[in-house]
This record gives sequence, structure tokens and C-alpha cells, in this order.
Amino acid sequence: MGDVFEFVMPSLGADMERGVLVEWLVTVGQHVDRGDLVAVVETDKGAIEVEIWTPGTVAELVVPEGSDVPVGTVLARLSGASATADPAPSAPPAADAPPAEPSPEPAPTPVVAVPPHSGRASPWARHLAAERGVDLTGVVGTGPGGAIVGADVPQARTKPVAAGTDADAMRRAVARAMERSKREIPHYYLGTEVDLTPTLAWLERRNAAVPPPQRVLPAVLFLAAAARAVREVPQVNGFWKDGRLEVSEAVHLGVAISLRGGGLVAPAVRDADRLDLGGLMAALDDLVRRARRGRLRGSEMTDATLTTTSMGDRGVSDIQGVIYPPQVAIVGFGRVVERPWIVDGAILPRSVVRVTLAGDHRAHDGHTGGLYLSAVANLLTNPESLA
Amino acid sequence: MSEVTYREAVRMALREAMTNDPRVFLMGEDVGRYGGSYACSMGLLEEFGEDRIRDTPLSESGFTGAGIGAALVGMRPIVEIMTVNFSLLALDQIVNNAATLRHMSGGQVSVPVVIRMSTGAGKQLAAQHSHSWEGFYAHVPGLKVVSPATVVDARGMLLAALEDPDPVVIFEHSGLYNSKGEMPDPPPKVDLSTARIAREGTDVTLITHGGCLQRTLDAATALAERGVSAEVIDLRVLRPLDWDTVLASVARTHRAVVVDEGWKSWGFSAEVSARIAEDGFWTLDAPVRRVAGVEVPIPYPQHLEQASIPRTPQIVEAALQAVGRG
Repeated sequence: MGDVFEFVMPSLGADMERGVLVEWLVTVGQHVDRGDLVAVVETDKGAIEVEIWTPGTVAELVVPEGSDVPVGTVLARLSGASATADPAPSAPPAADAPPAEPSPEPAPTPVVAVPPHSGRASPWARHLAAERGVDLTGVVGTGPGGAIVGADVPQARTKPVAAGTDADAMRRAVARAMERSKREIPHYYLGTEVDLTPTLAWLERRNAAVPPPQRVLPAVLFLAAAARAVREVPQVNGFWKDGRLEVSEAVHLGVAISLRGGGLVAPAVRDADRLDLGGLMAALDDLVRRARRGRLRGSEMTDATLTTTSMGDRGVSDIQGVIYPPQVAIVGFGRVVERPWIVDGAILPRSVVRVTLAGDHRAHDGHTGGLYLSAVANLLTNPESLA
Repeated sequence: MSEVTYREAVRMALREAMTNDPRVFLMGEDVGRYGGSYACSMGLLEEFGEDRIRDTPLSESGFTGAGIGAALVGMRPIVEIMTVNFSLLALDQIVNNAATLRHMSGGQVSVPVVIRMSTGAGKQLAAQHSHSWEGFYAHVPGLKVVSPATVVDARGMLLAALEDPDPVVIFEHSGLYNSKGEMPDPPPKVDLSTARIAREGTDVTLITHGGCLQRTLDAATALAERGVSAEVIDLRVLRPLDWDTVLASVARTHRAVVVDEGWKSWGFSAEVSARIAEDGFWTLDAPVRRVAGVEVPIPYPQHLEQASIPRTPQIVEAALQAVGRG
């Protein structure tokens, strides 16, 4: 006995109010699993393939292709949705889609005006809103079917965008860190391309063999490779302090996550080199969800020893990262693209990703960075070693 | 403090009442030589004799009417009806006589009769022995209707009912007789007017009584593991119902789930939900949900019988829906 789950137009950025449902990637009657791509949505930032985080069977496609609808609109209904599904299915983990570095973005608007999708607010929410003189337009509901409930009302008044984070303060913090980085750190940049075709096939087989909660996204392979390559080239993992490199024994892998309210955080997955793929997937899910709610822990924010950034789903193929001081490197993963590739003398279509490294030239040289990138590439082409 | 069964708690009350008040007597089918269909009066015939532990013919209307008559003339009769299904044969006596006479006589007479009956499903006794008519009786002005779910209430409510000047109908869920609980020493007096918060919580109020209490408490435990703090109200008294406690709890949690073994349509759970909607509407964050009996005569096969009454997973599911996580 499962529940009906409503798949809604997600908010894919702080300034997103509406989106065009360009294409359905699923049909009625199709079973979907956690992480499956279900639709292509056109936003101001381009076409985005949207995943679903609640497994179930597509019962109804509510919105036809080509529709321009507000965030929160019910797009499809699933039946037999798992009761153990993501409690916040409207929050798509952004591991694949954080910006590499703070780029000049328009200042976040004070209120993300999410139109009243269903117009539903609970009696208690209405009572509180009337009592406090709060307008419920733009408040994101967390109750049954996305209804605004009493607990949403004070949040709407004080922190309409991302509860627990102050967008302006975060912008200033990012600015300070990035200024310092570009002022102090002599960056060097390297890149390499990795043929992921066999690895993605392996991942597909692996995912098919385990229950949906244990399935992992390709992005998790990137994290695993970045973390484990440190064992071979530890110099990229640590801090530049007092004029010398301090290599860290632990690998706390920072993951850049963009926030809907604007801004960027790079909290750490602690001891990422010791987690298996399932563990990394769970850690990533947890981090992204808490980052979006502004509920990260202080330690996670400060103890990253090496940062990764990935903009694949934003269509970015090549990232020249800005190192987060006092760290000494940042690893970038671009979009996995189909490329003509030479395999055993023949030109074949292959899935290729560009992996980049920005290194602190005070701490190490291009030779070291190159060894590290080779190690990452090696691990990525031998996925069994990551499992 | 000692552990006793629900059955022993009822017997404890019967013995205390018979010992302390010569006006008290018990009558019903098989209460004497057989010791009661659920063995509540086992041994009492030997202890108190045939005048006070009276086996009756199979005529619910007759012996219930006799009990009402005895009450009218100053006795304190306890009438045991084997199951609530059979009480329908005595419905005329209970509704047209016991419930009305104080009012029709302008307060000149009262009917201090206590009518005990077993209720509910779960023992594979099939449709004619397993229904839950609490809602029927709770509908009737002039009656008090109670549903003890614990050993303390099983004992205490019977004694409190005997002290009440008006007719009291006691529903003892047949699935509870073997259940055990702690009986404080000395056993406490209880009232016939308040609901009890059986477990405190902040996210959703689960409202139930009688045979569904333990399943609801189990649901609250399961919900806690999923991060949902459920408050459980044991209504205890179905008429007059303690709306203050119910509405105050819902005003704190903003969500309500009513759990009742009776059928959903037109039933007890309908009244509770309607009252919350009427008087607690502006405190609600979600529609009131009900987990109630499936609308069939209670089936005999065990798996179908269990499927027809509220179970813990359904209560959990309804609560999750109420908090927006269904």
C-alpha cells in the first residue's frame, strides 16, 4: 500500500519563479526510481534535466509539454510512492549543479515570490497570518500537499528565502574568501579528459542490482575518486599555513553547493575517502538537504581539506576553480558529454568528462597536480576500486 | 503496586462493591455458575450467594428491564450483557426507560443502573459477537458511556459508575480482558468526566479509547522513530466527552487523527472529527483524519478480521499524512 506523491515544478535557483516544462522523460505507467530523470525544465539558466527523489509509478502527467507554470505546480502524480522516500522531495540535491565559484550574480531578491501554487493554507496558518498581519503570498508550504501550515508563517515573516541563512552576510563572506584567494594564492591550472563510458555502464549495472535507496548518482563517483586519489598524492589535501604546506591526514572533502536564496557553501563530507559509494551518496544527500535549510554544522563549514565543484548539470564542461583558502587545491568536474573519441584506432561516440585542478603553486607544483589528476582519472576508469 | 489483568481488575471492583454496599448485585447470562462469559465474576457466586450473583434467562430485554426497575426502587444493580451485539435486544429498555425516566419524571426518580458489556473484534467470534456500538449509546442523552482501556479504569470506572445517580454503560473490549497493567496500592479513585493524555507529544494528536489505545500508543512509538512526536488521548468517557482536553491538545499540535474500531460512516469517529472541525477549525494545520473499522460486518477468518479493524501501520500512515509526510 503506497501513497500518492505529487511531483511539483522545483525551484532550481533563487530567482526562479516559473519554469517551462519542455519535455517529459517518463510516460504514464512507468516506474521511476530515486535519482531518475523525469523531465526537462527550461529556466532562465537553461534547460535542466530534473530528477525525482521518490520512487513510484507515474500515474498521471498533469502538465503537458510546453506549459509555463509557477514553481510548486503539480506536474505529475505517482502512485505507490515509497513511504521511506525523501521527506522533502521538492528539494533536489544540487551536488551536480553548484557553481564553481561565486560569479557576479544579481543580488538576491529579498523575497522569492513563489506564486500561491495551490492557494492552500491551513486554517491555523490563516489565523496566524491574520493575527500577525503577514501576507501568505510567496510563502512555501510544508504541510500536506504543499499547503502552508502554521509553522511556515513565522518563517515567512522573518526569513522568506532560506531559513537559517542570511544571504547578504553569506555574499560578503564569499567575497572575502575569494578576494583573499586571488590576492594570495598563485593558482596553476590543469585539466584532463576521462572516457567514462565503461564506468557509467558499470554504474548502471551496479544500480540495477541494488534496491533504490542504495543507488548512487555519477556525481558520487567523482567525489569518491577525488577523495581516494588523495591517498596517492597527499600534497593536494591540506592547508597553506605560516609559509608552509600542512598536509592533512584526514580527507574531509568540501562539496560546493549553491543555495536557493543566493550564495554558496562548501561544507565537508568528513573522512570521505573511507566511505563507500552508498555512504557517500547518503552523506551528500544529507549535506545538500541541510545546506538548503541552513542547518549545516560549524565543523562542516570549516574543516574541509580539499574542495570539489561540479557544474555538469548546468551545462558547464570546464571549470577553473578558485581555491578556498587556506586549502591548496580545488577539483572541478564538468558535464559528461558525448564526444567522438578514438578507441583502439576507431572513432567512437563516448561519454567524456573534463576533470580540472586548480593548485596552489606555493604548496606544490604542476607535476604534483598532474599526478593527482592522473590518479583521479585512473580511479574513475576503474570504478570497482571505488565500490 | 501489583500487576493484574483487566479481568481481575473488573472482578476486584465487583467484589469491593458487593462487600461495601449491600444494595449492589450482579445479574446476567452465565455470570453465576459459569463465572461470566469472560470469567469476570468467577468465584463470586460462592462468595456472595445466589441472591446477589444472579444467572438470568436468555432475555436481554427482560433482565435489563429488571435491573432498571431495581435501580428505580433503590438498588444498585450491575447488569452484565454478554456482548454489545446482544444489547440491541435491550436497546428499548436502555434508551426508552433508563435514559429517559429522570427527565420524564421531572427529576423525581433516577435510574442508578450500571450496564456492563463486552465490545469489539479480534477474538474470532464473528459478526454477531464482535461489533462496536459505542457510538450508538454515546448518541443518547441521559446515558453516561465509558470505555475503560486500562486496569485502573476497569476497576475504578465500575466503582465510580455505581456512585453515579444515572445510568452508566460500560464498554469492556473483549481483547483487553487478558491484558495486564500495574494497579497502584491503594487503587486510585477515578472520575467519569475527563479524558487522559496517555502520551504527550507536539506534532499530532491521536484520539482513541478502549481496545484501540494500545495500538495507538504503539503507533506513537513508531512515529517517534520517524521524528514525529504524537500525543495520544485516551478519551475514557465517551459521553459526556471531555472536549476541552481534546480541543486543547489539537490547538497545540494542530493535527488530529481519530482512531476507533467502530465503522467510519455515521460513527463515533465522525462525531469526534465533526466537533474538532466545528470548535477547533482555526487551530488546524491539516484535515482531521480517521482510522476506523472497515464497512463490513466483522469477518470470521482471522486475517480478514484483523484487516477490518484499525491497525498500528494505518494509524502511523494517517499521522504521517496529517503532518505532511504521507
